[in-house]
Amino acid sequence: MRAVRVVAVNVFRESVRDRVPYNLVLFAILLIASSYLLGQLTAGQDVKIIKDLGLAATSVFGLFIAIFIGIGLVSKEVERRSIYSLLAKPVSRAQFIAGKYAGLVLTLAVNVSVMAIAVYVILAYIVWTQPPVIRASWDAPGLDPAMLKAIVLIFVELMLITALALFFSTFSSPLLSAALTFGLYVAGHFNADLKNFEKVVSSKAAAQLARGAYHVLPDLSAFDVKTQVVHGLPVTMGYVASTTLYGLAYVAGLLLVSTLIFSRRDFK
Amino acid sequence: MRRRDLTLAALAAVAFAAAVSLQILRDGWYPRDDPEQEQILYIRSGPALQRIALSFDALLADVYWIRAIQHYGGDRLSGPGARTKYQLLYPLLDLTTTLDPYFNIAYRFGAIFLSEAYPGGPGRPEQSVALLRKAITAMPDKWQYYHDIGFVYYWRLRDYQAAALWFQRAAAQPNAPNWLTPLAASMLVQGNDRASARFLWQQIAKSEEPWLRRSAERSLLQLQALDQIDQLEAVVHRFPPPAGEQYSWAGLFTRKVLIRQPVDPAGAPYAIDPETGSVRVSEQSPLFPMPEERRRIP
Repeated sequence: MRAVRVVAVNVFRESVRDRVPYNLVLFAILLIASSYLLGQLTAGQDVKIIKDLGLAATSVFGLFIAIFIGIGLVSKEVERRSIYSLLAKPVSRAQFIAGKYAGLVLTLAVNVSVMAIAVYVILAYIVWTQPPVIRASWDAPGLDPAMLKAIVLIFVELMLITALALFFSTFSSPLLSAALTFGLYVAGHFNADLKNFEKVVSSKAAAQLARGAYHVLPDLSAFDVKTQVVHGLPVTMGYVASTTLYGLAYVAGLLLVSTLIFSRRDFK
Repeated sequence: MRRRDLTLAALAAVAFAAAVSLQILRDGWYPRDDPEQEQILYIRSGPALQRIALSFDALLADVYWIRAIQHYGGDRLSGPGARTKYQLLYPLLDLTTTLDPYFNIAYRFGAIFLSEAYPGGPGRPEQSVALLRKAITAMPDKWQYYHDIGFVYYWRLRDYQAAALWFQRAAAQPNAPNWLTPLAASMLVQGNDRASARFLWQQIAKSEEPWLRRSAERSLLQLQALDQIDQLEAVVHRFPPPAGEQYSWAGLFTRKVLIRQPVDPAGAPYAIDPETGSVRVSEQSPLFPMPEERRRIP
């Protein structure tokens, strides 16, 4: 466990050295600037748009971090040949994979938390400056705790994407890993369509193939509850919990396969 | 900082300043047809856009919402001479509400402004109704949408039977206010009733949305103008001009019927038809164009 922690902390430190936290500053500036501009442009919809923008930006910035750092987690060590000295130490390949993954998830957790706090701070400012009559017209309270449900699911989705990026990084080049991860990210958001493929094709085999793909590909559209929370529509704790568990199970599967592939790689 | 760095920074600043200056000069020499560019809507299919947006459909809906506001505001301010008028308003609102089916204000904005008569809006009440029907599909329990359809039928389409039906449907929804049922009844009995219109606009004027309140306040002033026009026309016809003369405010001053030219509630002088003596809001008035309804209360 100690070995995993050491690797994870190093990944986190490296991401800080790589100036990943700069995106937080960019995010904060984006939100502050938009909160002022949107108030002038949106006919009273500034709170909705700040929430939409905040959640979408959390997701996009997280996606970039997950993909572009995730793809280099293993391949960079191989390219720099630091993998030889690392594996010579008392660190198993499974611990190496787990540590790399945990480090990037820690980076993402810090990012998502800071972004969530920034969104709430901006919303608190808007709530504070608006009279009660305007606040009464909002679909959901300005400082709605239900937004945390969307943030939790964004984080679990990012964990899954990180696991995908790490998985591809164990056997392919960074460029190919990025393309494959991004491709699966897009496919994962279309995944719900595959479920009902039999309604649009007559071939039973094609429908069954699509149904199989629906179960194999990550169901990323399930993690998107942004619209519901912004409009104050119900998102049950049961849904959040079951989707989170689905995400964690998928992550566990990907990490195990990644470990398996990485264990069989020959670095001689 | 070294001298070389300072020189480089200064040169970079000069280069950027030159680029901006050249841009300004070029825009002056070769003006681009920007308004025409803004009228383009590359993707009109809401479902296609929804797919392209991945999980960012709500954010894209916000972008289209802002575009709808800009399009409406820009065309409204551009004056009656503009080449294209509100032609993208419905597609933009349709895309907005397909991307985010719970975007309440986009439906209500459409209800008011799509049906607004030209030049204040495109004068397309059927598009208002279509947008509101879409709202009902997404949120069937919201009485406001049924009410808004009733309002469009009443105020723009003059179909009092349909209006009454929609007000009754609104009254049947959860949390509907208790004034909807008597409103539906009064619509069936009196239909063309200015008092009902005033009541409806007063309800809308209580909205939290400033732009909706402004629209309602303008309509209430129009109703006030209609009442004043009734009174003025009664006076004008009670004191007709001598044979061979035309109707005019000056003639009424001479005959000491009026002491000054009457102005509408927005402060613009009323116009009088020299042939018939009918009184109307002048085209320079902020209240122009008036609603088509000009029949008198029985």
